[in-house]
Amino acid sequence: MAILSLAWKSLLNRRYTAALIVLSIALSVTLLLGVERVRVESRNSFANTISGTDLVVGARSGAINLLLYSVFRIGDATNNISWKSYRHFAENPQVAWTIPISLGDSHKGFRVLGTNGDYFRHYRYAHKRQLAFQQGRPFEGVYQAVLGYDVARKLHYRIGQKIVIAHGAGMTSFTLHKDKPFEVVGILAPTGTPVDRTVHIPLQGIEAIHKDWVSGRQVAGLHISAQQALKMDLTPKLITAFMVGLKSRIATFRVQREINEYRKEPLLAILPGVALQQLWDLMGIAESALLLVTVLVVAVGLVGMLTAMLAGLNERRREMAILRSVGARPGHILLLITGESLLLSLLGMALGLLLLYGGLLLAQSHVESYYGLYLPLGLPSPREWLMLGLVAAAGLLIGLIPGYRAYRYSLADGMSIRI
Amino acid sequence: MPQTPAILVEDLRFRWRSDLPEVLHIPALQVARGERIFIHGASGSGKSTLLSLLAGVNPPSGGEVQVLGEALGRLSGARRDRFRSDHIGFVFQLFNLIPYLSVLENVTLPCRFSHRRRHQALQSGNSLDAEAMRLLQHLDMADDALIHRPVTELSVGQQQRVATARALIGAPEIIIADEPTSALDSDMRQAFLRLLFQECGATGSTLLFVSHDRQLEPMFERHVALHEINRPQAAH
Repeated sequence: MAILSLAWKSLLNRRYTAALIVLSIALSVTLLLGVERVRVESRNSFANTISGTDLVVGARSGAINLLLYSVFRIGDATNNISWKSYRHFAENPQVAWTIPISLGDSHKGFRVLGTNGDYFRHYRYAHKRQLAFQQGRPFEGVYQAVLGYDVARKLHYRIGQKIVIAHGAGMTSFTLHKDKPFEVVGILAPTGTPVDRTVHIPLQGIEAIHKDWVSGRQVAGLHISAQQALKMDLTPKLITAFMVGLKSRIATFRVQREINEYRKEPLLAILPGVALQQLWDLMGIAESALLLVTVLVVAVGLVGMLTAMLAGLNERRREMAILRSVGARPGHILLLITGESLLLSLLGMALGLLLLYGGLLLAQSHVESYYGLYLPLGLPSPREWLMLGLVAAAGLLIGLIPGYRAYRYSLADGMSIRI
Repeated sequence: MPQTPAILVEDLRFRWRSDLPEVLHIPALQVARGERIFIHGASGSGKSTLLSLLAGVNPPSGGEVQVLGEALGRLSGARRDRFRSDHIGFVFQLFNLIPYLSVLENVTLPCRFSHRRRHQALQSGNSLDAEAMRLLQHLDMADDALIHRPVTELSVGQQQRVATARALIGAPEIIIADEPTSALDSDMRQAFLRLLFQECGATGSTLLFVSHDRQLEPMFERHVALHEINRPQAAH
């Protein structure tokens, strides 16, 4: 302990250099932990996009493709599925609930999702949280819409406003369903999921706006007004996909097989959790690359410390000789120098944590409102503790380099001071 | 019980590496306990080498060094280090002090490494700091303003006195002074030596004073010229 208190006093004596070393280590540690936290939270929020849904069913394509268009509203379905098939499985005795979804239209760059009231009852995200209304209520009429939080915020929409749906999913669309505007009746609370960027309308609404359309084009000369459409049968013939909640999760694989082997139509049922994991693994390379870069930044911080300590070592040979003359053993000298670098690393880590929490505190609300990412202020996770432990160990190991040199010097120099 | 001499050297030989010529060969040297001996040697004559052998920092290439009856060659490196910190106090030529420690911390530094000296320093009934103050007082350094100044701001003479207090704390049996006065002017030198003698006398310590400066010789009871006792083999 005596030697560590010497190391501490020696550092105080060189406090400006020491402070710079501590700062560089602190910044690199902040970056490392910050990236780790963002990585974990974006992964969580990604995994939180859908919860409590046992199966997602669409036309037969790929699992990731289905997940992307049905849950993330990215890309398009290769094919639709028939309402009949949907009803067939919705009435399966194992099935507790279903949510039909119909995609393909948009509003000012936001996807429009046709569904029914079950969506607001059964859809769950982030540990089975139900969708909540910030204002208004679910749609009841055909020409009513419920907006996701971001849609309302970015477009400054209010309850009661009329909006026009565009045909197709593009950012700019020239074919608008102008004759059948929708009234905003509800705005959802933020979820941090693609739901925030979705315009929800009833399936019948989707059907109504396409009554006078055939294969993606308005039929020339045919015009069916909004009022006329209401009198027609608005039961959809096709939907894009549907979500399934089962009475018992034990039945998941059986129902999945039943759907996948359905003879009347080629369908694909996926387990959203598994597909999410596959999708995340695809992005894993970028994730590892980011982590690697931050690890390198920490290495640079530590190498900076090594440089400073090695550069200062020659000046300190006299100090070591004096310590030797008053009874310090070469091992003490090793401990003195290595202890210094350990102290520097520990201080750097402490300051790094402080910067991290300060930064989180400042950025938390901003990041949540702009990126839908909630960064918790909680204590470091076991993985973060492990990272801190590794940084400390690396600091100690790096300190052994100047420590060993000093040890060799002190053996060679003894007490004779050649300066 | 007859007391062993403070230092007993027999047929001591030293070379830095086996392929280098011998720098030291001292057939015999004995220093009695409590003696004050002046060892004179020109620069480069091997004074510092001799001191490092006597202190057990470097092991001899041949022969034996006994300090206080202990044959240093038979001790392990760690034991030699401990023996040195327990029994020998050092004063060097210049820059003796650790710059980042206070005056008192510098003086009590040996007590951090040697239990024996810590124990002996505390035997007076004083705390370590009080004992350090007592020694500093004897060396006219107990001024409050001086004590609290960073050691790098002290004059050379003041630094040497702090270093002397450090060598004396815990009453080691042997004090080795390696040109401690070379940076002092003539008057300061004499005053410094008197203080050193007085303190060594008070603790009964043996004083080994090494210098190239013969002016101080008359103040010592025994003088040895290194070139007279050292007979290294001629280089071949």
